Amino acid sequence: MSEIIKNPKIILATDCGSTTTKAILIEFIDNEYRLTHRGEAPTTVEAPFEDVTKGVLNSIIELEELSQREILDCEEIISPITNNKGVDIYISTSSAGGGLQMMVGGVVKNMTGESAQRAALGAGAIVMDVLASNDGRMYHEKVNRIRELRPDMLLLSGGIDGGTISHVMQLAEIIKNANPKPRLGMDYKLPIIFAGNIKAQKDVEKTLKHVSDLIMVDNIRPTLEKENLQPSRDKIHDLFMEHVMAQAPGYKKLMKWTDAPIMPTPGAVGKIIKKIAISDNISVLGVDIGGATTDVFSVFDEEFNRTVSANLGMSYSICNVLAEAGIDNVSRWVPFEIDESDLTNRIANKMIRPTTIPQTLDELKIEQALAREALRLSFIQHKNFAVSLKGIKKERTISDTFKQDISGQTLVDMLKLDLLVGSGGVLSHAPRRSQAMKMLIDSFLPEGITKLAVDSIFMMPQLGVLSEVHEQAALEVFKKDCLIILGTCIAPVSNKIKSNQALLSYVIKNKEKKISGKLKEGEFIFIDLPFDEYETTIIPENNIDIGEGKGNEFNGKISGGEVGIIFDGRGRPLNFQSKEIVSNWSNIIKEYPE
Amino acid sequence: MSKSYTPGLKVLKSAKIVKDRILPLKGKVCVSANQKVESDTIVASTELPGNVHMLNIANELNLDPEQISDCMIVDLQSSVKKGQIVAKSKGIFGMFKSEVKTPVNGKIESISSITGQVVISEEPITIKVDAYVPGNVEKIYEKEGVCINSVGTFIQGIIGIGGEKQGKLKVLESNKKDILNNEMKDKIIVCNSYVDYDFYSTAKAIGVKGIICGGFDYNNISKILGYKLGVAITGTEETTTLIVTEGFGEISMSKRTFDLLKDNDNNYASISGATQIRAGVMRPEIFVSNNENIVEKAAMDDERLIISINSTVRVIREPFFGKIGKVISLPSSLTIMKSETKVRVAEIEFSDTSKEIIPRANLEVIFSD
Repeated sequence: MSEIIKNPKIILATDCGSTTTKAILIEFIDNEYRLTHRGEAPTTVEAPFEDVTKGVLNSIIELEELSQREILDCEEIISPITNNKGVDIYISTSSAGGGLQMMVGGVVKNMTGESAQRAALGAGAIVMDVLASNDGRMYHEKVNRIRELRPDMLLLSGGIDGGTISHVMQLAEIIKNANPKPRLGMDYKLPIIFAGNIKAQKDVEKTLKHVSDLIMVDNIRPTLEKENLQPSRDKIHDLFMEHVMAQAPGYKKLMKWTDAPIMPTPGAVGKIIKKIAISDNISVLGVDIGGATTDVFSVFDEEFNRTVSANLGMSYSICNVLAEAGIDNVSRWVPFEIDESDLTNRIANKMIRPTTIPQTLDELKIEQALAREALRLSFIQHKNFAVSLKGIKKERTISDTFKQDISGQTLVDMLKLDLLVGSGGVLSHAPRRSQAMKMLIDSFLPEGITKLAVDSIFMMPQLGVLSEVHEQAALEVFKKDCLIILGTCIAPVSNKIKSNQALLSYVIKNKEKKISGKLKEGEFIFIDLPFDEYETTIIPENNIDIGEGKGNEFNGKISGGEVGIIFDGRGRPLNFQSKEIVSNWSNIIKEYPE
Repeated sequence: MSKSYTPGLKVLKSAKIVKDRILPLKGKVCVSANQKVESDTIVASTELPGNVHMLNIANELNLDPEQISDCMIVDLQSSVKKGQIVAKSKGIFGMFKSEVKTPVNGKIESISSITGQVVISEEPITIKVDAYVPGNVEKIYEKEGVCINSVGTFIQGIIGIGGEKQGKLKVLESNKKDILNNEMKDKIIVCNSYVDYDFYSTAKAIGVKGIICGGFDYNNISKILGYKLGVAITGTEETTTLIVTEGFGEISMSKRTFDLLKDNDNNYASISGATQIRAGVMRPEIFVSNNENIVEKAAMDDERLIISINSTVRVIREPFFGKIGKVISLPSSLTIMKSETKVRVAEIEFSDTSKEIIPRANLEVIFSD
């Protein structure tokens, strides 16, 4: 690594999203790395421009204007810094051009099929379909599906090492007969990664080498009890650069500009989420809601999971949110009366003109109603996917007699969740932070005591890729400039709660103030407390759990933030009695101007 | 100064257009460079692999997979006819023989001694690509397709459904379904305003090939398709092609678009409802070839997509959705909107001389002559 890259003075990072390209400038000031400026411009992967670098240059031009620093020499980034112009490092992530679209295969759908899906998702891919011997489709249906989808890459797994090879060979034969063609470019062979039974490698090679660019990696599931995802993920990243990016408009040029490989945006966000969980030893749930997709990341008990809801987003796929959630679920969040046809047309107009932004308050409220539903649906998908390995025989002892634990249970335990981080335009750019906090609480329904934060200006992707080049800079900026602590949500839970029942009492104090009170069923209490750690005692009623066990009190520190502390006694799930009650929740937290 | 690109749609009286006509898989190009073609001229063709059928010979004959090659009575890559015996067991002392017949005509694609399966591929399916627009073959992409250039009126809509169609344009004076009659069969009809579901379905029943209108209801599109349109990726629907020029709701067609279509009343047009508002953006389009060689200057120039002072723009979001005006200033600082969103804005003067501050992202440039 060169001296300049080891000790950069100024770092430029871009994220080429499906809608906008975001550029940030990080400078080494007073012995620390800080974010100084941010610019953005529409992404230009599509016609008539068909060159991603135009959007990149436009976002840099905006940075130049805002920072009064010369970064470009005509259409080239000045690097390294010369005569106080330019930057030392330039890096980028990308999800434009549809991101990385993959198909995966495994012998048993919810075993090796799911492992392959986890490997692909963790690497930042969109999984278009999961092929499996037991997926219920006929042979020719599978062949046709592969032909239709034309993925960027295929990951084939199946069988534990040394086990039977006939099932995985059936899948290999299906792929061979489909003779798959990649989505971009007619002249290169589709990359296929084989991460299955080591004993099948020779036969798979014989079957697939002529129809694909075949790469062997270690088995994704060497034994039933072990999942080995990293070799496949690393190979996916390599191939993303070599094959997919090289085919997308303008990327060959962009790849030459960057000082590190371009990373798929979700892969980069996942990296930074994992780093927070590891460095602070906490469980984290992260969400990145974009124009086309919503990614959910979680780290519970050091287990990392990512899901991507390919058609739940705020612009390109906003109508799919409407279709999947249903008009009633969307309009329950809209605190004013609106004709159904007017509402659907407004939402559909956002889909066809995805780069527009809400000018009026009503438009903003409609978008945030849609966001709640997109987040809620994505989170349901995540909970169903982030599960313990299926198919494992567990040894049961006498102490397990009354436990009903089975393999394949969700790893997401909201009572254990320490930090919920939101990212993506609708959360990071919400005009009021209280809007972001309320959207996160309404859609994720945290339980117990949960700290909430947003990515201040949506820079987690850039910091994720920066952490690969300069971890110190990435972490410093992340802690000081990226994460905005919104506050804490305290939501008591119980199987049986009576109407208007007392739930808990609390005392919150620091050097200057002491606040105490009680929370009853149905109440939503907001305490405006700025960012600080507050000594807190919470005493729940006997049948109530706040994460310490039923009836057990909490004594410790909780965090205020840009919004404050919320005691949420609305119960889980929420009970929507009327539009007035929704407006009331909104007014309590001062979500919108009066 | 930073550039603000907008998603401006092209509404061009006389422009040179180029159309790539590409095969889904490599195949054969049927025309030569510089050849004049009509819209229905086949320019390239290919064969898609036929459907595949799997026969589990090992199971059928009760054998181990590695034994099946001894029982095959047809070779790899040989052609087979429906009902033909492809494999036969040896039986016991020459008796109790079992056999397996092919359920389809096709070719033996693979015989696997690992899985015990035989794959039969049906006859390939021929795919032909036509020129879609009349013009000249500008470029040949070897084995992949051609690029055709043509000069004519080119108009992009905002969303459409249905595939490529050709027919005579018929401009209508009203959006009432009573105006529709059997003479409009095979025509592409133009309505300068919103049309409703009844209008669309009546036109479809008559046999109208395409409808071009200003606005349409999202729920009515769902009604036509039989499902909710979740993501705007369309073009494969087998229905009367619909091209909406402005957006969803009761919106009239912009005057410039309607005037251009009126100028082409009774002319032969090529239209496509295919829309893809995502990577590789595609908008529905109307093209009418003409013989004039006057091409709008820099019609396809990127610079024309940049909002600048005096640009004619259309507001593409509430509360001034559909209004057309001129940019009179472009403040560089961020401005707070009623939604409290801080954005880059433009000051717009509308035709009634009223002025409004609009987010730049909510404007699209209208090309003017």
